[in-house]
Amino acid sequence: MKKIYTNATEALDGLLHDGMFIAAGGFGLCGIPELLLDAIKEAGTKDLIFASNNAGVDDFGIGILLQTKQVKKMISSYVGENAEFMRQYLSGELELEFNPQGTLAERMRAGGAGIPGFYTKTGVGTVIAEGKDHRDFNGETYIMEEGIIADLAIIKAWKADETGNLVFRKTARNFNAPAATCGKICVVEVEEVVPVGSLDPDTIHLPGIYVHRIIQGDHENRIEQRTVREAK
Amino acid sequence: MWDRNQMAARAALELQDGWYVNLGIGIPTLVSNYIPEGIEVTLQSENGMLGMGPFPIAGEEDADMINAGKQTITELPQTSYFDSAQSFAMIRGGKIAMAILGAMEVAENGDLANWMIPGKLVKGMGGAMDLVAGVGRVVVVMDHTNKHGDSKLLKECSLPLTGKSVVDRIITNLGVLDVVEGGLKIVETADGVTEQELRAATLATIVD
Repeated sequence: MKKIYTNATEALDGLLHDGMFIAAGGFGLCGIPELLLDAIKEAGTKDLIFASNNAGVDDFGIGILLQTKQVKKMISSYVGENAEFMRQYLSGELELEFNPQGTLAERMRAGGAGIPGFYTKTGVGTVIAEGKDHRDFNGETYIMEEGIIADLAIIKAWKADETGNLVFRKTARNFNAPAATCGKICVVEVEEVVPVGSLDPDTIHLPGIYVHRIIQGDHENRIEQRTVREAK
Repeated sequence: MWDRNQMAARAALELQDGWYVNLGIGIPTLVSNYIPEGIEVTLQSENGMLGMGPFPIAGEEDADMINAGKQTITELPQTSYFDSAQSFAMIRGGKIAMAILGAMEVAENGDLANWMIPGKLVKGMGGAMDLVAGVGRVVVVMDHTNKHGDSKLLKECSLPLTGKSVVDRIITNLGVLDVVEGGLKIVETADGVTEQELRAATLATIVD
């Protein structure tokens, strides 16, 4: 079965519909599926619900879909650095569900692993715990969080072979692996597609079973906070 | 009174050889400049890295190598990378010995508030709730009072909590206090600060 597509628009063909739930990889602007987000903007799909750690910046990442008002709700752990996001949130146009970062990652992992809910100590005694099932284990209180299953996962990896085995690069792995697993369909954009057999099977980070469609493209790989030290 | 760097240097004395540690944004980040000689610690960055190195030299920035504050960083010979689920598995699972982080308020029972001020722009808790609930030891580094001169060490937090009874030790510009049964206990005072001055700047109960 062919998994390689020529571009992001083709790779998303038939997968998008208004009101759908999308899990996206990335942390800040690092390892975000920038080409697929561009294609969703072009497609004009509306009322999107995103599970994504962050919401990009005004002109990059999920931020570009906020500019076009295509997003109905964000499930995120941190949404600073985005003026349009804040404007829409404060005016009530955009729903926001804060999840602690580890809870969001585990919700994706669990959803993808067939685990509908799990108990965690994170957020006990805070607003995050309100309305959630509490249970004691070994004398400590935990709250139940639910696994996420998304209609679509969009992620970015460094390399893919033609069967979708993926290798990520450095901290760009972040939410890409758990997001991939929780999508009913997963589309990945990579910097390089390599022939089957050229990746060492022992070094594959995410096996191709989780990956349905692949595109290769040029990435901006924007840096959000350039910080340097003096050379000695 | 200690300045930012002196507070960071004092916090660095909390580190023990062989520990895996997570440093928050702000003064806690400076702690890495003061790691005592003979102590080897591995810094975790919750976006998926153990063995975080210093900022890169200009020209060597890599968009795929950032810390949790989204700053460009470098790797070390012992560095490893992993995904966000794995990262928080080691945090939640208690493998990270200590987190050093900033705060808006700390209560005498160890309650911590550092993620939102009602009515103000809320950016989110990021990984703070997971860290304080999961790591072995939580050390807060912050100014003793806010910009209005009010104590940030309180009987009860007024702001929404990040974690309940999670703080072990507080390092401020005025000194070091531990969270113990019944309140806070003074461990030491900063250079040039008397115990009386520290008590006067503290609303939380101080126990002897």
